[in-house]
Amino acid sequence: MAIEVEGKSFETDEEGYLLNLNDWIPGIADAMAKEDDLDLSEEHWEIINFLREYYEEYQIAPAVRVLTKAVGKRMGKDKGNSKYLYSLFPYGPGKQACRFAGLPKPTGCI
Amino acid sequence: MVDFEKPELRETPVVPSIKPGVMSHLASHVAKPKIQEPLGYPGELVDNWEQAAVDKLGELKGKYRSLQVFLDSCVFCGACTDKCHYFLGSADPKNMPVARQELLRSVYRRYYTLPGKWFPKLVGARDMNREVLDEWYSYFYQCSECRRCAVFCPLGIDTAEIAMAAREIMDSVGRGQKYSNEVIGKVFKFGNNLGLAVRAVADTLASLEEDVEEETGVKVRFPLDEEGAEVLLMAPSADFFAEPHVDGLIGYGKVFHQAGISWTFSSHAAEGGNFGLFIGSYDNMRRVAVRVREAALDLGVKRIVFGECGHAWRVAYSFLNTLAGPFDFLDPRYPVPQHICEVTYDLMKRGVLKFDKSQNDHMVLTFHDSCNVARASGMGDLADGQFTIPREIIKATCNHFVEMSPSTIRGATFCCGAGGGTLTDELMEIRTRGAVPRMGALQHVTDKHGVTHMVSICAICKSQFSKIMPYFDFDAEMSMGVHQLVSNAIILDKRD
Repeated sequence: MAIEVEGKSFETDEEGYLLNLNDWIPGIADAMAKEDDLDLSEEHWEIINFLREYYEEYQIAPAVRVLTKAVGKRMGKDKGNSKYLYSLFPYGPGKQACRFAGLPKPTGCI
Repeated sequence: MVDFEKPELRETPVVPSIKPGVMSHLASHVAKPKIQEPLGYPGELVDNWEQAAVDKLGELKGKYRSLQVFLDSCVFCGACTDKCHYFLGSADPKNMPVARQELLRSVYRRYYTLPGKWFPKLVGARDMNREVLDEWYSYFYQCSECRRCAVFCPLGIDTAEIAMAAREIMDSVGRGQKYSNEVIGKVFKFGNNLGLAVRAVADTLASLEEDVEEETGVKVRFPLDEEGAEVLLMAPSADFFAEPHVDGLIGYGKVFHQAGISWTFSSHAAEGGNFGLFIGSYDNMRRVAVRVREAALDLGVKRIVFGECGHAWRVAYSFLNTLAGPFDFLDPRYPVPQHICEVTYDLMKRGVLKFDKSQNDHMVLTFHDSCNVARASGMGDLADGQFTIPREIIKATCNHFVEMSPSTIRGATFCCGAGGGTLTDELMEIRTRGAVPRMGALQHVTDKHGVTHMVSICAICKSQFSKIMPYFDFDAEMSMGVHQLVSNAIILDKRD
């Protein structure tokens, strides 16, 4: 599979996750969001950017609790919870937001 | 979310009229060569794979006497047909345990019995070919290896073992499942199913220490790689990562803190789970299990305790000693290994732990027995301890507990719908259908007794319920762990 963005083709796996993290450009997140009928707001980007920063440091997506805590610190305590994240990313922050951010899908017993 | 005709939820499931082929479209993603090879399997279908598969079946039935007996002894009585949650939820007759077994048995008959060799058509014997392989791949990964059918089989035939054999045969000729095999590969590379690097685990644990201190005013530690600790804790890596799992992990930490037991996680083996079991691979199961031994020796611990993970406890309780023993370097006064529920129960009985039950007064709880704990293990020195001990902990930590229908709990428990290597998104349809019997039993106690939360002691059950409950109009947050209740109710002493 592949996704077309800005005239270029980017390879994805069978579930639509980008195969090469280094290929990522912001337009990919916009294009993937459009396919899911979402418009990315500033709040979405705040999460996507945090995921990418965290991944760069730790080579894995953050644990849900680490993510909600960080969101609470950056965007206000009332937003530091899963409900808020699901309101932004209906398919889940771990799966949908990670995909938009170009991160591999976290799998295991989750 | 998946789209299928929503069944009526009943306290005990109604046997559906069959719908042949209704699940034949469903198959897990196939593992690519880079996922297959680290597990010692061919990357793609090998030349002459049909014969290789038949030979592998011969090897397995020679190695595992149980497999030979299970293949020979079915009398087609039909007692198992309506016992599988996937059949009850899908109505596909190939999801009847006897029909699932027949997928492999028909090939066995063709190559390993006289009537099958001479008159294959007369005895329903089938050649190993591409069509058969595709059917195996679809339906043997629509089995959660929960073994409920085996409880009702008058001959004790275990469909899980047949599914495991079929998966091992497929892997050995180059057809593996992406989900399970990728997870096993991550254990070899990172030490855990999720692929968490050491720094990510350390960062998460440090963050938890901060949170718990902020919340309780007590400095509860969550140590990693601490040499000389008494206990090595083997939790599923989902406990570091996911919700509600992490709340249970906080509970484990509080128990050890209050009991004054020094403990540690290991980054080398930051994983209780062992997916080698799911794919029926002795070699991979052993490679994963040996890490536990190595971690225990490196850290010089005296006890090994397993967290809330169903199949981890099966492997630990039933096989750890033969896979990675002897564990003669551990303290002989404790069972090897121990379950966290046994630890908590023992401390509770001795009066070391005190609970304020009112902390869980906002909930009415019920308990979902996880299949591997219920049907493949024990706990403590009580008969049926695996049923009694978690319930005793729940009753000690809350005031409102009710049971679901007797035919859906304890040894007859229904699978959550996603065990045994099926907890992957592309199988969401069968996962949701397979949850129907459990959701029906839950619906009944929510209607009748106002149950608000369902507790379990398995990372897969917790994840599966959080995901599929909204489909049945339940709140995802209804799913929680036993040690989450413990965490809420435990009375902590301050100590440095």
